[in-house]
Amino acid sequence: MWKWLKTLYHRLGSPKWFYQITGTWLPWFAAASVLLLASGLIWGLAYAPMDYQQGNSFRIIYIHVPAALLAQSVYMMMAIAGVVLLVWKIKMADVVAQSLAPVGASMTFIALVTGAIWGVPTWGTWWMWDARLTSMLILFFLYLGVMALREALKPQEVAAKACAVLAIVGVINIPIIKYSVDWWYTLHQPATFTLTEKPAMPASMWVPLLIMVLGFYAFLGWSVLLRARSEVLKREQKSGWVKELLQRK
Amino acid sequence: MSRSSATFCRLKQKTANLPSLATVFVAALGREWRLQVRRRGDLINPLVFFALVVVLFPLGISPTEEILSPVAPGVLWVAALLATLMSLDALFRPDLLDGSLEQQLVSGYPLAPLALAKLAVHWLLSSLPLILLSPFLGVMLYLPWQAQGVLMLSLLLGSLALSLVGAIGAALTAGVGKSGVLMTLLVLPFYIPVLIFGTGAMQAAITGVSPAAHLAMLAALAALALALAPWAVAAGLKIAVSGE
Amino acid sequence: MYFDSLSEFFNMGGHALYVWSSFAISLLLMLLNILLPWWRLKSTRQQLQRQIQRETRQQETSSSITGQQGEQA
Repeated sequence: MWKWLKTLYHRLGSPKWFYQITGTWLPWFAAASVLLLASGLIWGLAYAPMDYQQGNSFRIIYIHVPAALLAQSVYMMMAIAGVVLLVWKIKMADVVAQSLAPVGASMTFIALVTGAIWGVPTWGTWWMWDARLTSMLILFFLYLGVMALREALKPQEVAAKACAVLAIVGVINIPIIKYSVDWWYTLHQPATFTLTEKPAMPASMWVPLLIMVLGFYAFLGWSVLLRARSEVLKREQKSGWVKELLQRK
Repeated sequence: MSRSSATFCRLKQKTANLPSLATVFVAALGREWRLQVRRRGDLINPLVFFALVVVLFPLGISPTEEILSPVAPGVLWVAALLATLMSLDALFRPDLLDGSLEQQLVSGYPLAPLALAKLAVHWLLSSLPLILLSPFLGVMLYLPWQAQGVLMLSLLLGSLALSLVGAIGAALTAGVGKSGVLMTLLVLPFYIPVLIFGTGAMQAAITGVSPAAHLAMLAALAALALALAPWAVAAGLKIAVSGE
Repeated sequence: MYFDSLSEFFNMGGHALYVWSSFAISLLLMLLNILLPWWRLKSTRQQLQRQIQRETRQQETSSSITGQQGEQA
């Protein structure tokens, strides 16, 4: 089992193998995300019972929570890819990091917007400077910073390493930001409602949520692999296997 | 191999004549002092910027004490933060462009202490005057007198973290042409915890509570930055040099 | 189905605006995150294919020229 994983990891480090392997994976990720998202959405929107206090707008949870989860975990993945690039010098790690950033930023944006819309019927306001919202907003800026840095630096290798450093520094800072914003927030009046109530939810409510989370992760794989594959082609355009591949079509 | 031929094959260089890291650090301090003291503009402009930004608020919002006094801690901190960013912006670019950064890289000494020497001198020449100027600007914003001391103390501790973390941004963007806004965009999210604790300390002092907890957090952030930032700065500088 | 009728489903108990706008914005963004990379993949392949064809044509013409020169010499 471990040997197979190790071989897979090394194979994925080679652009040619990465392209071939992910080519076979892509339809599975696509199918899985469409199936999971569709079933999760239908269940959550139409069949899940209504929340007693919040009414039907609580259904926004089925997008908001998975998006927020992904926003945070994608940043971690980006930072890990940065470590792999800097320590083991595997260039494919940078391709993955580059592909992760825009998807992570989109997820953060979705979490922020759906949270704001959800806030209107629930708290009566679009925005509130509570710890979690503020941390999410800062996370969004961190994503934008990494993307802006990649745009600004020209040679590919330089941009790759610089973005890796920035992503790693950001990861160290995320707990600090969360903690300090929490502290700052508790100086003000605490909120009347909390943002998510995770326990004490009946199965008919949290099962579709779980399905949506899995669907979002499948979607992540689909989008990231699409981006990574076109980036690989672009970077390796001079190499023999790319020429051969494109001449065959 | 016989012993006599082994002594001829000295694979490791004789280190007897090379100066110690401490000597090199002190020499770097001297060099940075001489270089930075000469650039009057770079020293004075951030201070003027600090004062100008503070002046904008009474003009733009309201000149009355009832409105200015509650926001004074935040305004002062935000202005100081932005002025620090201004002063850090092109910190490493002259060295990168004239090749001395590359020389430091191949000198055989670790880059982190050398970068730290530059930051130490920069802090002395840029942040310290800022801290000394702040109480006067505080008076202009009707800052309650109880907070004046804490203003300077919080800026003193906070500016350490601000300089160190800002330098990471400056190192990463050293090679970019007009990177001013890019560097600000990268660094500001990391400034937010410092801002929160800095203004929190001042608010505590105003309401009569002890600011010790907030100041301790600022000190902790400064210590963390001092421990970790030089390595990130060195990594960023190596990347910048490799891109030239 | 939790709702009694389809019109009630669309109405979402009065919260229709909130629910549907958030789902619409999110799904649109997610769709863009698939479509845009997919188009880019397609156009990258087409672009590289054209480039390769151009290069092979150039090589053929240059080799035919040298071939002629070789014959003349």
